Amino acid sequence: MGTLEMKSITKRFDRVLALNGVNLTAADGKILAVVGENGAGKSTLMKILSGVYPHGEYEGEIFYKGEACRFRDIKDSEKRGIVIIHQELALIPYLSISENIFLGNEQAKNGVINWHLTYQKTAELLEKVGLKENPHTLVENIGVGKQQLVEIAKALSKRVEVLVLDEPTAALNDIESENLLTLLLELKKEGITSILISHKLNEVLKISDQITILRDGKTVESFPNENVDENRIIRGMVGRDILDRFPARDVEQGEVMFEVKDWTVYHPEIADKKVIDNINFHVKKGEVVGIAGLMGAGRTELAMSLFGGAYGSKITGTIIKDGKTLMLKSISQAIENGIAYLTEDRKQYGLLLDETICRNISLANLKSLNTGLAVDEFKEKRVAEDYRGKVDIRSRDVQQHVKNLSGGNQQKVVLSKWLFADPETLILDEPTRGVDVGAKYEIYLIINELAKQGKCVIVISSELPEVIGLSDRIYVMNEGKMVGELSKEEATQEAIMECIMNH
Amino acid sequence: MSYIKDNLRQYGLIVALVVIALFFQIMTNGVIFRPANITNLILQNSYILVLAIGMMMVIISFGRVDLSVGSIAALAGAMSGIFIVRMDLPVWLSIIFVLVIGAACGAWHGFWIAYRNIPFFVVTLAGMMLFRGVAMIVLDGTNIGPFPSSFQMMAAGFVPDIFGGTSFNIMAVVICAAIALAVILLEFRKRAISRKNKVDAIPLPFFIAKIVLVVATLGLFAYWFGASNGIPNIMVLLGILAVIYSYIANKTIMGRHLYAAGGNPKTSELSGIDVKKVVFWVYVNMGVLAALAGMVFTARLNLAMPRAGMGFELQAIAAAFIGGASATGGFGKISGALVGAMVVGIINNGMSILGVSVNMQQIITGLVLLAAVIFDVFAKSRAEKPPSLESSALSQGE
Amino acid sequence: MSIIRNNIRQFGMIIALVAVAILFQILTNGIFFRPANIANLITQNGYILILAIGMMLVIITGRIDLSVGSLLAFASALSGVLIINMGWPLWVAIPAVLAMGGLSGAWNGYWIAYKNIPFFVVTLAGMLVFRGLTMLTLEDGTLTPFPDLFHTMSAGFIPNILGNTGPGSYNITAILICLAVSLILIYMEFRNRKVSIEYGAEILPMPFLIAKLVLLVGAINLFGYWFAAARGMPNILLLLAALIVIYSFITNKTVMGRHIYATGGNPKAAELSGIKVKRVVFWVYVNMGVLAALAGMVFAARLNAATPRAEAGFELQAIAAAFIGGASPMGGIGKITGAIIGAMLMGVLNNGLGHLGIGADIQLAVTGLVLLIAVTFDVYTKTKVSKTEKT
Repeated sequence: MGTLEMKSITKRFDRVLALNGVNLTAADGKILAVVGENGAGKSTLMKILSGVYPHGEYEGEIFYKGEACRFRDIKDSEKRGIVIIHQELALIPYLSISENIFLGNEQAKNGVINWHLTYQKTAELLEKVGLKENPHTLVENIGVGKQQLVEIAKALSKRVEVLVLDEPTAALNDIESENLLTLLLELKKEGITSILISHKLNEVLKISDQITILRDGKTVESFPNENVDENRIIRGMVGRDILDRFPARDVEQGEVMFEVKDWTVYHPEIADKKVIDNINFHVKKGEVVGIAGLMGAGRTELAMSLFGGAYGSKITGTIIKDGKTLMLKSISQAIENGIAYLTEDRKQYGLLLDETICRNISLANLKSLNTGLAVDEFKEKRVAEDYRGKVDIRSRDVQQHVKNLSGGNQQKVVLSKWLFADPETLILDEPTRGVDVGAKYEIYLIINELAKQGKCVIVISSELPEVIGLSDRIYVMNEGKMVGELSKEEATQEAIMECIMNH
Repeated sequence: MSYIKDNLRQYGLIVALVVIALFFQIMTNGVIFRPANITNLILQNSYILVLAIGMMMVIISFGRVDLSVGSIAALAGAMSGIFIVRMDLPVWLSIIFVLVIGAACGAWHGFWIAYRNIPFFVVTLAGMMLFRGVAMIVLDGTNIGPFPSSFQMMAAGFVPDIFGGTSFNIMAVVICAAIALAVILLEFRKRAISRKNKVDAIPLPFFIAKIVLVVATLGLFAYWFGASNGIPNIMVLLGILAVIYSYIANKTIMGRHLYAAGGNPKTSELSGIDVKKVVFWVYVNMGVLAALAGMVFTARLNLAMPRAGMGFELQAIAAAFIGGASATGGFGKISGALVGAMVVGIINNGMSILGVSVNMQQIITGLVLLAAVIFDVFAKSRAEKPPSLESSALSQGE
Repeated sequence: MSIIRNNIRQFGMIIALVAVAILFQILTNGIFFRPANIANLITQNGYILILAIGMMLVIITGRIDLSVGSLLAFASALSGVLIINMGWPLWVAIPAVLAMGGLSGAWNGYWIAYKNIPFFVVTLAGMLVFRGLTMLTLEDGTLTPFPDLFHTMSAGFIPNILGNTGPGSYNITAILICLAVSLILIYMEFRNRKVSIEYGAEILPMPFLIAKLVLLVGAINLFGYWFAAARGMPNILLLLAALIVIYSFITNKTVMGRHIYATGGNPKAAELSGIKVKRVVFWVYVNMGVLAALAGMVFAARLNAATPRAEAGFELQAIAAAFIGGASPMGGIGKITGAIIGAMLMGVLNNGLGHLGIGADIQLAVTGLVLLIAVTFDVYTKTKVSKTEKT
């Protein structure tokens, strides 16, 4: 075994600099935690380490056991004992556990698989990772937590020396996460080096030996996990003065305009799983309300279920707008009643990538452009030009296809679509995800402008500084429940985390 | 230049059509563009043109296809035989009945595909077998014919010359002139409105070129039809369908919803579009058009046959793809489908005149289809990364 | 019980097949299970079975091949030209036709796998091209007859080792072959069991094993009896059996097989596991081409003629067989045995309805409905299973 070092790694995507001279050292047999905000470059770094981005597509060198390594593909890095478990699980749903574990690494002689040996080894590996499942069970039939264990078993089957885990607990519940962390500590005892990427700082503090912080594609600092607390890490992650990042807003708040009572939602496929559990909240006119919570807390599910039942089944509860109870049976009804939902995944759910800016902006409110039988294309263009100027979409003209725009400008197109639908309540789900710093600020300005117009704005964000910086009031969600409500004065990252932990 | 770039595919196709046409004009010593042959060309391909319009819309809706249209056409032919010949119902009533049957067949597909999430390939394959079987049962293995002349007129007749031209059909010239005038007026009006709205209009040289081309084409048609028997009735029907469907696709909310739902169903749903309803009606529409095509085919042959319409679905699909449909959905124009069908029609007709066997024609059609799509894929991948094979219903089977 | 639950689709299809067969046996007053009819059933559907095997693999990768019907016709035309017109010896002509099939498959596979052209367009184009080539090859009309050896390959029976002992006697070879197969099967099962125990793996409880063996051996020997009572075992059955064994082995036991399933199940995950997805897709199409060529020769040999009108939607029958046999249009799911059962179900329906005097029209409509029902059933059980088990 030996130390793994990555030295001055630089990686560009087209013109964007994703990594800028990153250094990282993972000591032999220890657990290294790599932390940083979204977009800091953690996943990209790990993809370089594992050969997903082969040598030549990046600058810098990787040293393992003192030797320079130039991986051409995943198999190459696996041969050296470096195995990565990706954030999106790389399992085939219709294959069994043992077929998945040995996929690409079959126990075979002359191309013929020895299934007896495969099953025997699978049983051993499953025992090791503490998964009590039949090796023949199809992966699609086990939960995400167990799938994560299958991934680790898959890594172990390859005689792993360095195990890289990219957000392994993001989709797991508390008990599953706990088991996984214990497993990592056990592997450490066997001498396996781990690199853990995680947003969950409590986990990082619990098991890591060393913590490396990335910010904006650079290594900011690296220190041993001794006498460190979460604030210390957050300071490193955020770096700059938080207050400056958010433009000031001076808005008179009106009366309660949008209110949700006893909102309960079940999983669309798993009939008896409550995803949203009896939630109550309200938003005043001109108020920006943040919803904070960990990944999987149910924030997106809440938002989408409010949006005309776009998510979930057996939805119960009431939405009151302006004192009137709304009965929303479809998304189009929700839009008609002045609700807009800006999705967290704009490429999949927010945009028609192959269409023009113009046609994207008009999509949710074509009715207003209707003259007799036809859509008034001139009016449509005027509207699009109008928004292009208002929210400052940087493009050749409104006829440009949105797939050619940057993330920030794409997000502005989606925002324009919803502004054009003329809503009174806007739910913005991760409005600045994958958007560069400059565009972020502009989106914050738009949010302020909306508040000034007296609209209700609900912001969902995984970036705590953003929720705190933007919101007049913050609700904290965990596991489908509201677990706290904080005023602007009370809202700190610690207070929010406390709400989640104490729940 | 950006104007050309944005419309490259469309113009490329028209240029290809013209090049192919000129090629055969030279090779056949002008036989292909003799007035009588032009009429023939249109009559021969009329039902494929009708099907291609519907198929284009099905493909736009997220890269689905409908394999059953040939069978629905056969069933439509059989039912028109039953209604008109056997039961002696009035022709107009029979036509309505048959169109309703086509709509019902389409609704059957649309129901399973849109509302029950059964893969389109399976549903329409089953429909292909099912409706072919029903057509055979209805006809009980025999042919029905002949049809009354009023029904035959649909596919075989010509617009009468009310001006009584003797050697030359004046009616054809008058109609073509009227259309040319209407087109010019509409284009100028559009340009004026564009100006007024301060929207970039087509650059002037292109505008003039476009008008000259349209007028020249219409003039050519006026000559062709005038010098033969006049404007075929089916041409009038095709013209009306082309205008209506282009209008729906380009100008109406329904059309917008179709393209949006085909390009990204999830985004469309979250923008308040009822995607399932769109898919359902696209199949209903396909059923109606397939029934219409079946009647046109039957009227042309003057015979309802159980084996009619075999392979129509593939010709229609090929026409749509040659005409610029994208296997991932969300793309394609009605005019593209028509031009695509005409490309295939002209190649086949031209080669027949040259004495090339039907066999060779099939091979060439296949290669043209492949070449057209390869051209598309490469043209697109130059602009972006290659589209993944797994991204659409068609390439992935949903 | 988990064995039954995990294989509900397979068992369901087998039960449906048996039930339909018994229904026809009753409705046709025993004509259906007459030995001659069983032999007929197999020779009638031989080429569809071969196509269905290849199509199943293509569908497992999440794609379809529309060109196989035309390719089958072209292969039969080519074999006519090579063998009848040019007088090539069979041992040269057969490999040549198979190679042509492989090349045609490679043409499809190249564009689909390496150039990202949608499979639907590529194979549709292939369909038109091969159909044209078929007619070009046979421009002078039908070619006939083939040499006896070629004809018997598909239409013949394995001769009686006791010689032809006259009418009413039994073909001993058929019975011997079936007995031998039964013995091998029993031996394999017990060996498998022993190795499983050695590796400490879970094993089928003894009563189940015995029940399974009794059923299988019973079925095999029932067939043996039927064939013995008729003209013997059809040659084509041997070919089919060999193909089924080889392809089941490939899909279940080999690395290649795993990679095919993984490619269809989740291409991205497969790629991240180091699988060369493009190569897998390419070779699946090459394989489809070879099998289509084989089916074409079987077809030509059965008719003892190469005719330009050979194919009539064979590709659609093969696709339907695969879907009825449990393939998922999304890819990643399906078994070789499923394709066989699906094709047999269609064959039995057509044969049985034919005996009842029901015309091709209703047969076609029934096949269409069966296809829709089978897949609808799949879609529903699938959502049910995931609902109950994921919690």
